[in-house]
Amino acid sequence: MKAAILVFPGINRERDMARALKLISGHEPVMVWHAETSLPAGTDLVVVPGGFSYGDYLRCGAIAARAPVMDAVRDYAAKGGLVLGVCNGFQILCESGLLPGILMRNAGLKFICKDVHLRVERSDTPFTRGYNAGQVIRVPVAHGEGNYAADAETVKRLEGEGRVLYRYCSADGSIDDISNINGAAQSIAGIVNDKGNVLGMMPHPENHVEDIMGCTDGRGLFAGLVQHLDMAA
Amino acid sequence: MKARVTVTLKTGILDPQGKAIEGALKSLGVDGVASVRQGKVFDIELAGADKAKAEAALQDAADKLLANTVIENYRVELL
Repeated sequence: MKAAILVFPGINRERDMARALKLISGHEPVMVWHAETSLPAGTDLVVVPGGFSYGDYLRCGAIAARAPVMDAVRDYAAKGGLVLGVCNGFQILCESGLLPGILMRNAGLKFICKDVHLRVERSDTPFTRGYNAGQVIRVPVAHGEGNYAADAETVKRLEGEGRVLYRYCSADGSIDDISNINGAAQSIAGIVNDKGNVLGMMPHPENHVEDIMGCTDGRGLFAGLVQHLDMAA
Repeated sequence: MKARVTVTLKTGILDPQGKAIEGALKSLGVDGVASVRQGKVFDIELAGADKAKAEAALQDAADKLLANTVIENYRVELL
């Protein structure tokens, strides 16, 4: 899997992502600077990592979403290329119009940094193939603005089209207000675009991929992508 | 030419920052505060002198970057 990781000024999770991708796919990803106007030839996956691009000024992800490289990402996504955005990467994908909605400030005002449980809603997508539908996984979150919001019609469409892939849940998989840590609409933690090739999610699966991290539940996402690409090849 | 773009949250959109400020004002004993909504102000200096052009450019700036129209309204003023 030839992965390209976008690097914006201020971003700080790109190496965690590179480490996870290398570990699981066996290939070193390429770092792509925000001022580039094209992606490396043969890119199988574009990753927009987390971590305070441009200091989170204006709105988280708003400035990064207008960087030159994003035009190349839009073209790549339009042709069906796989794009994964995590945390600030999810915010950037929303701000750039690749995903609907916006991430608002956490309902409880506080920055949240802890492990959460996610329910994997379906397993028949490139981003969830490594899990079973209904499976509960544990991954960390670290964000101040992760409260997913969109107009009622958009949320209804996301639900109707099965585009919510990850949802905050309790350890036993039930969806309730307590486990919905940031107040997101419908406990949404991760959604895909209408074609199913662009995923944005607030939690950090790349931080739960090795035993030393205390949990390896995040591996499934990357392993599933590798599997998907192998099958497509 | 000077201009100001004011960005505010749409009615009904949760504004935790406004709520926190509202709470702080009340605890300071500032009387008569019913509610607070927080927004953003952009003071922009324009090089040209054409008012219509400036207004169009600022609308464009607000639509593209300064505001996210999913949750925010904006107002453009030439000062």
